Amino acid sequence: MLRPTIGCEVHCELKTATKLFCGCKNEFGGEPNTHCCPICSGFPGTMPALNAKAVEYAVRAGLALGCNINRFSKWDRKNYFYPDLPKAWQTSQYDLPLCVGGAVEFEVNGEKKRVRLNRIHLEEDAGKLIHDGGESCVDYNRCGVPLIEIVTEPDMHSAEEVVAFLTELKSVLKYTGVSDVKMQEGSLRCDVNLSMAEDGAPLGTRTETKNLNSFRAVARSVAFEIRRQTEVLESGGIVEQETRRFDDNKGVGYAMRSKEDAHDYRYFPEPDIMPVTFTEADIQRIRSEIPELKGPRVKRYTEKLGLPPYDAQVLTADKAVSDLLDDVIALGCDAKKTSNFIMSEVLRLAKTDGSEDVELLIDAPRLAEIISMQAKGEINNLAAKQLLSAVWGTDASPRKRAEELNLLQSNDEGAIKAVFDKVLSDNPSQVADFLSGNDKLRGYFVGQVMRAAGGKANPKIVNELLDRLVKEHKK
Amino acid sequence: MKRSVDAEEVARLAKLSRLEFDGKQAEDMRGHLSKMLDYFDALDSVDVSDVPPTAHILSAVNVLREDVVEPSTSNAELLKNAPESRDGAYVVPRVVE
Repeated sequence: MLRPTIGCEVHCELKTATKLFCGCKNEFGGEPNTHCCPICSGFPGTMPALNAKAVEYAVRAGLALGCNINRFSKWDRKNYFYPDLPKAWQTSQYDLPLCVGGAVEFEVNGEKKRVRLNRIHLEEDAGKLIHDGGESCVDYNRCGVPLIEIVTEPDMHSAEEVVAFLTELKSVLKYTGVSDVKMQEGSLRCDVNLSMAEDGAPLGTRTETKNLNSFRAVARSVAFEIRRQTEVLESGGIVEQETRRFDDNKGVGYAMRSKEDAHDYRYFPEPDIMPVTFTEADIQRIRSEIPELKGPRVKRYTEKLGLPPYDAQVLTADKAVSDLLDDVIALGCDAKKTSNFIMSEVLRLAKTDGSEDVELLIDAPRLAEIISMQAKGEINNLAAKQLLSAVWGTDASPRKRAEELNLLQSNDEGAIKAVFDKVLSDNPSQVADFLSGNDKLRGYFVGQVMRAAGGKANPKIVNELLDRLVKEHKK
Repeated sequence: MKRSVDAEEVARLAKLSRLEFDGKQAEDMRGHLSKMLDYFDALDSVDVSDVPPTAHILSAVNVLREDVVEPSTSNAELLKNAPESRDGAYVVPRVVE
């Protein structure tokens, strides 16, 4: 049976303040060519200067991924002629990248999986082209933004494994703090190399599908390419080694036309950038700057907070979510209540529109306020949900919004008792049934009281009233 | 080792370099390139077995810049010499991969 073998090249933009070789702002978007200077716009005669922070971030990412750091590393020119790179070469690294080896470990369907890394190198991003009729418009705001390219070994064999690998890699990169890893903004992009071969046979000819910028596109393009290559091979054809694109709207991959330009990058050492060296002390210092990663957090959540392992995994998948949990607990909320509320309610709002990027539009103090209002019985569970949605993406105070939306529930036992007595007198047969031991009617009474009180009676008090009724009856 | 450059190689390099030669120029270029490679052949006669690979002709390392934002150049200034521009972007003949 034909089996796919898959390797990835993942590009990740680093969130330094400035670009890799000049002091222009490293910032997503902006009017075209407004974060640019003669260096990143490729003017002749300009001299690049390497950003120390970008080098550190690349090494930090490498250390977090278990790579070896080359103690001597240099840059090279990768020549190609295309207007997204105005110099006509990309300053990249060829034979002495910053990081070599390493691995990403994760689980797929309950089985442990390890994908080895080949290398991580530091290079510059290219500009952006917008094709318009017979012309292309060029914006160099992104040109020169520091980028790490993470190259895996061909250790994956299904779309599921590739997505699980990317999910874990994205998580680690976010924890290290070197990147926002926002796929929607293109700060994480993936190229997929895929070939098919009979089990045990040497690897087949591979194709490379470039620039996939969502997990969904990755999964779909891998499935598409497996199907396409299988059809080619089973009908006796040969898979061409080629670069391909995937149109996520149409769900179809296609070969890029510039095949005759078979890539000949003519790498040579970059004369304008001096090599970089590291001492053991440098490496130790960078290692000490890695923030608490996912593994230790999972351990802390299960061991210290007593959360179930599954919950700990979900809550640590994204660093921002884990930080929010820590901050809300630090503000005095119960760990279990907070983790449940984040998992069921906050993540539901943070993960809409089919994106894998988590967008948290609530801060810790206000989330803590909602959770503590619920814990104190000032609002019920449903109202807590409504209140979260109401303040999500705004800077409104939860307490004020709860008042405005009339969500505060009544803890006035006298008022609830009045409603309760009215419900009892309206339902004599159900009362008799309940008192003769049919406890299923408890929910019915709570519901009736809630309805009569406009949903604002604290159900805890209603239940207490029911308990008292039963006790008095038994006397 | 003697390496000679054939017409096909000249055509390939011309294409990669975005240069255009007519027949006579291509033939001249073939001669020039062959000669250049001959010079390199002279280097092959030197024993470099105990010379470490050279990454850079200078011995300086770690020439780095602090990650501090500096003002960018104005859009108007950048595009001043662009043959064509629109809405702040450079305009080039359509390229599509």
